[in-house]
Amino acid sequence: MTPFVDVAFLILSFFMLATKFKPPEPVEITTPNSVSTKALPENDAILVTLDSSGRVFFTMRVEKDQMLKYNVIKNMNDTRSLGLSEAEMKNFVKADAIGVPFSQLKQLLAIPAEDQRNIKQPGIPIKDSASNELFYWIRDAVSAFSGKKINYLVKGDNNAKYPAFKEILNSFKRNDIYKFQLITAVEDVPVGSELYKERAAQEAKGKK
Amino acid sequence: MASIEESGDSGHKKGPGVKKAKKLSTRVDMTPMVDLGFLLITFFIFTTTMSTPSTLDLFMPKDTDKDEDQNKAKESGALTIMLGKNNAVYYYEGQLLPDASNFQSTNFSKIRDEIINKRKAVIASHQHDANCEKIWAKNGGDKNSCLDRDFVVVIKPDPDATYKNTVDILDEMTINGVKRFAMVDLFPQELELIQKTEGTFVAPPAAAAPAK
Repeated sequence: MTPFVDVAFLILSFFMLATKFKPPEPVEITTPNSVSTKALPENDAILVTLDSSGRVFFTMRVEKDQMLKYNVIKNMNDTRSLGLSEAEMKNFVKADAIGVPFSQLKQLLAIPAEDQRNIKQPGIPIKDSASNELFYWIRDAVSAFSGKKINYLVKGDNNAKYPAFKEILNSFKRNDIYKFQLITAVEDVPVGSELYKERAAQEAKGKK
Repeated sequence: MASIEESGDSGHKKGPGVKKAKKLSTRVDMTPMVDLGFLLITFFIFTTTMSTPSTLDLFMPKDTDKDEDQNKAKESGALTIMLGKNNAVYYYEGQLLPDASNFQSTNFSKIRDEIINKRKAVIASHQHDANCEKIWAKNGGDKNSCLDRDFVVVIKPDPDATYKNTVDILDEMTINGVKRFAMVDLFPQELELIQKTEGTFVAPPAAAAPAK
């Protein structure tokens, strides 16, 4: 039994070291597949999540400078007179994804960040340009990052409808942002296709 | 400590016949430890995210109202792909004819052949363009890039198309080496055609067809 146990513990240590826990998500998202192999940037990113029923969530991913997030909400509070208290703004920094209209933001931030996940959030309104609140979130977040290189990530669910996706792109476009990264799962390149040949040629070049 | 000494004391019953202390086995029962080990393995297997997500780059053009700023596509090299409900795909080459005779329906497994065929056709009908090759030579590129210069794919998802369809078709562009493609809105005429094909068409009271 001893070798068996040895192997088992080896596997255990492998999983312990290799495991990277999933970042908490407001909703379960099944992303589509693509042949792209570009790695997902972890930090300094603005992530817009679109779930299957068309709800939109906004997340800022910042590694070090938590003041950044605070600045965003402070600015938001001042310009849109949301009437948030200091504690609620601090709570925003800890909060993960925001998926409520401005009118419900105070209500949401009154709840501790850990419990927010259990609440069904209605999503940020994006439908038409007059009530498009995602635009303001993006604008304020971009100005808070001020000059840093940010990645604009869009994470959509397989079953989300195209119009919602288009509205998200429009919110970015209105902020003069035209380069996005869509989060996808990795898929194999179909054998014999143009890309397959190209990658094979690159590999051959690399070996020489 | 104390308990050990105590137990040691209580074990010191040396009878006249007993010369040696009873040899205790040094083996420890490992079963609980192994149990725990396997429990942890299962835990880590379930929580671990093996598939690291990748990102697909998408560059959108700036919206412009001015006609001269719009990208022009040669009719002969254009392929319009429309995405409909339930993973349906529709396409036509060049311009949509007034009687819609070149409007065809297909699905995701067959659209790739269509793209490849169209690309080949465009390359075959390519006329030698010294100017383009010069530009490519100057930039250190491949002069073959001029061959499919006229090939443009126009992607038009309809309101019933899913996000997965959209990403799949964008992916198809990468797979087939399509360098020029655009994502635009449907014309009302095209939407009507799709809805007629899908049998969901309701004659609109006004010019705008209902989305659903």
